[in-house]
Amino acid sequence: MVQRRRRLARGVAVIGAGISHFGAFKEKDSRDLFVEAFQSALETVQKGIDPREIEAIYVGNLSSDCFEGQAHVAPLMAEWGGLNPKPATRTEDACASSGVALREGIIAVASGLYDIVLASGVESMNKLTTARTTDTLAAAADAIYEVSVGATFPSLYAQIATAHMAKYGTTEEQLMKVAIKNHNNGALNPKAHFNSSIRDIMNSRLARAKERGQPIPSWTDEMEFLKDPSANPIVAWPMKLFDCSPITDGAACAIMVAEDVARNFTDEPIHVLGTGQASDAQALHGRNDITSLRASKLAAEQAYEMAGVTPEDIQLAEVHDCFTIAEVVAIEDLGFFKPGEGPKAAEEGRTARDGERPVNTSGGLKAKGHPVGATGVGQLVEVWEQMSGHAGQRQVAGVNLALTHNVGASGSSVVVHIFERR
Amino acid sequence: MVHMEKQEFTAASFFGFLEQKKLMGAKCKKCGTLYLPPRPLCGECLGYGMEWFQFSGRGKLVSYSVVRVGTTLYEEKGYSRDNPYCWGLIQLDEGPRISALLLGADLSRPDSITIGQPLEVVFPKKREEEGERTPVTFRFE
Repeated sequence: MVQRRRRLARGVAVIGAGISHFGAFKEKDSRDLFVEAFQSALETVQKGIDPREIEAIYVGNLSSDCFEGQAHVAPLMAEWGGLNPKPATRTEDACASSGVALREGIIAVASGLYDIVLASGVESMNKLTTARTTDTLAAAADAIYEVSVGATFPSLYAQIATAHMAKYGTTEEQLMKVAIKNHNNGALNPKAHFNSSIRDIMNSRLARAKERGQPIPSWTDEMEFLKDPSANPIVAWPMKLFDCSPITDGAACAIMVAEDVARNFTDEPIHVLGTGQASDAQALHGRNDITSLRASKLAAEQAYEMAGVTPEDIQLAEVHDCFTIAEVVAIEDLGFFKPGEGPKAAEEGRTARDGERPVNTSGGLKAKGHPVGATGVGQLVEVWEQMSGHAGQRQVAGVNLALTHNVGASGSSVVVHIFERR
Repeated sequence: MVHMEKQEFTAASFFGFLEQKKLMGAKCKKCGTLYLPPRPLCGECLGYGMEWFQFSGRGKLVSYSVVRVGTTLYEEKGYSRDNPYCWGLIQLDEGPRISALLLGADLSRPDSITIGQPLEVVFPKKREEEGERTPVTFRFE
């Protein structure tokens, strides 16, 4: 087969991006979350934009069908955003749904068909019982051969964890450090589902116990809190509650335009430098190695090659930490650290906000929240805020090259994007 | 009795065999690649010619998890936070991997389970409820 360097037929840039508040909002539906994110994105366009200039809309969504009894969400989001009769297309690749919506939007603009599109994602997940929510998410695994033996998403990533632990000696404590880091970042993100550090959560539990005259737990730091099964119960060993991202409602929007019209909207567009996407066996048992996601490596390879950069060049990354182990595997697969060295890197603070390579400054899926269909575009929103200097207290200085990494299910879909501020 | 040569390489056939206490996969007639579960198209050589292949049902543990928050189906089977279940990945002696419900481990001590431990398939005693699939089940030796 002939290998050639893949590139976009013309340049594409981001001119505005925003998320809704992420959290548990039983009183809100997808459309409400979408409108909030859309307004938030429009407000970030430096020179303003008439929403009617948007020519097409892409909506990432895993399963509003099951979560809300609502199929066919793309035209509905377009309607609520005042964007009818523009073409509206839904993309579904599990938790990578809006990473794929973003990529499809980029491809559409690069093709020359449109100059201005909206890439978005939405998920409203808090209307079902925990078991029904677990079922709906599990449907993104192999429904016949994995779900029948009891697979749930925490237990799928637990497989990856036990294999990683056996191969590299990764420990539960090292994974806890990932949760602590991401909560520390989420504490600085006013739109995060968990706008609080694990220490804040621990202190509020201590205060509550004292207030109610209950026995006061003996935790003196986050690690003691996380090691206490009454505070951090097992969901699917070795994944405990604080290893898992929450069940989140939220939406995210990004306005993507052809580079040659970008300056009409802003003097500081963020350029799409690389995009990559790959698939793999749906079931974990269909892969030869589960200590790494092959689709992550391939998607990253494509994105790095298109961008003409190496992992060492990336200054900030938003990676798919649906579970703590997923972040560890991601930073290895993306080439930031060698295989097996991800846990140590997290432990040593190398991926902290003030570390050599900040990962998940938004709080990640772990603390910012994981409204599955909105996550991919949500990651771009963090990159946008960091690059445009609007990341508030979690601002990292001088970010010119950043990466987003969005995984569908247990790694059967992965999308990677690289963005540049010039 | 299912007639093997007439069976299509589908999940329905796979679970039908399981009820007959046979762990059946497919073998590509062209390149010899084994598939468990079976499938009609070879992902390696893209050939369509498959034949049935009976696995020994012996293998080693690749990974596992002890689940305390299960799906609705598993809650209905009686599993709960206080009555967890274990599933994992097994590498069969013949090569392919399969996901299975795992029996015979001390679930109160999940770290007592060791990757690489040998396992053997066990077949269901009774049929599942209508519309339910018999879970592939292995037991620690």
